[in-house]
Amino acid sequence: MKTFKGRPVVPGTAEAIALVSHGGFNTLASFQNALQFDKEEDKTAKCGDQNNPDLYKQPMGGSALCLPQTIGSTTGGMVLYCAKVMGKCPACMLFSEHIDSLAAAGAILGAVWTDTPMPTIDCLGEEFLNTVKTGDKIKVYEDGTVEIL
Amino acid sequence: MDYKMELTPEQAAILNGEKGEVMAKVMKTLVMYGEAFGATKMIPVTSEKGHLVTSFGLKVMSPVYDLMDQLIEAGITSTQKFSVDPKPVDPKVPSNFAKNLVFNKFMYTKQASYDEQLRKLGLVSNDAYTCTCYMDEVGNTPKKGDILSWAESSAVVYANSVLGARCNRNSGIIELFGSIVGCVPYFGLVTDEGRKATWIVEVKTTKKPEAQILGSAIGMKVMEDVPYVKGLTDWIGTELDDTTKAYLKDFGAATASNGAVGLYHIAGLTPEAVEQGESLIAENAQVYVIDDAELERVYKSYPVMWKKADKAPQLCFIGCPHLSLQQLKEWTDNVCEGLKKSGKKKVTIPTVFTAAPAVCDEFNKTEYAAKLAATGVTLSYICPLMYMNNPLAKKGRVITNSNKLRTYTTSRYYTSDEILDIITKGAK
Repeated sequence: MKTFKGRPVVPGTAEAIALVSHGGFNTLASFQNALQFDKEEDKTAKCGDQNNPDLYKQPMGGSALCLPQTIGSTTGGMVLYCAKVMGKCPACMLFSEHIDSLAAAGAILGAVWTDTPMPTIDCLGEEFLNTVKTGDKIKVYEDGTVEIL
Repeated sequence: MDYKMELTPEQAAILNGEKGEVMAKVMKTLVMYGEAFGATKMIPVTSEKGHLVTSFGLKVMSPVYDLMDQLIEAGITSTQKFSVDPKPVDPKVPSNFAKNLVFNKFMYTKQASYDEQLRKLGLVSNDAYTCTCYMDEVGNTPKKGDILSWAESSAVVYANSVLGARCNRNSGIIELFGSIVGCVPYFGLVTDEGRKATWIVEVKTTKKPEAQILGSAIGMKVMEDVPYVKGLTDWIGTELDDTTKAYLKDFGAATASNGAVGLYHIAGLTPEAVEQGESLIAENAQVYVIDDAELERVYKSYPVMWKKADKAPQLCFIGCPHLSLQQLKEWTDNVCEGLKKSGKKKVTIPTVFTAAPAVCDEFNKTEYAAKLAATGVTLSYICPLMYMNNPLAKKGRVITNSNKLRTYTTSRYYTSDEILDIITKGAK
């Protein structure tokens, strides 16, 4: 087991399987197809970003999404908020770098305007992203501690 | 809630619910958002108008419309009027029965009600739908130093870089909240420190770089950092005239969509670079050299998402972000000239030029309008990105010179010269 300590942007606990993006995570490109065209009861939310070889076609819903930052359209936070309300968002988002403004917006909108915040941890460090692998079991604590089990 | 930043008594009162529970949640969202970035205070929005990124009444975005209903039901309106991104549908744009069915019966069923929500909250006018609200014809042009609460990545990067206004890369909803309460958190690109460049980009090409590829290369390299670009004025000059501004509009949109750039400085050209020069460059800035080979590498790296890559294109979009009036005129001249050379009267594939409604109106007053219509090109106010944002678009072979459109859709990128050849000669 390896442990990393980050900063809880939205505190909370979660246990999920890691899904790792080594490049910037384009929120709109990743979620737009899943949110629009998948059935409401389908919560898998397969990534639609053709430019992200790590994640393309991988299911994001319920995952521990590990990433450096998000990139792309400024609809990003709103898209993340919609994914949250629709139950298609990751179980938690774990940023190796400082969170960016779009992802922060999405996570905070979810925290303020819904009853079930999505734990969001940033500043976990480059080593975190170099260590964690897609498929690893992840445990997240309120204080920003992240365990790779 | 617990917070560290300094709030004015008025801001604290809003947070404490003195203007109602919903308004308190609006302020709480902004305070949490600012605290995530170490903001020490909230500062007043000083621009005349705001700009929102969400223009589409997509059924699937119901959570957003529900939230806006909460605002409206609480009697909340924006303290500043705002423009908004382009509409997702225009009957003039080539379509078919299946697409119309998908658009009208499944996707944009909330458009009318969302337009009404925007009007209630503070939309400037019914034709204020464009991603290039800063065009003179549209009239939402911030002044240098203005503090903005905008979203739309291409508009934010333009306002910061070319106009010298100050705005973070706000998300949809956040930008509306800032316009509602009239203040934004003080962090990032609204601070002097946040506007320092942490990358030096040296342009060492042997010809004028294609704006969309240069922006793409820089965006993918620097991500959300601020680049200071040297050597570009050798190709685009040192005057911020219409031609240069159009180049920077397209360049910036590519930096923002292929990466997350919210501000760039062009040595000897953009306002802060002219005023402050290399003092804008932070210590230990990284260096990225761009030559012809690097641009070629980036261009070749774009995946072709068509199912049959060798087949001819079926539709062409030019204008993501929306074209300027001068760009519309230049494209009209170029298409007319290209058709003349190839002995054709009409473009070889359905082609759509997109621009702000106010720019289209001005264009339609000129002699160019009839010339363009004669070529068969359609002029529209549509958002090409939203038009292509459906499963049927994947089956169609769309070409574009927009790196933003390429990034978010299955459209295939070509340079402007290549596009011109394709639509006037039937090449490729």
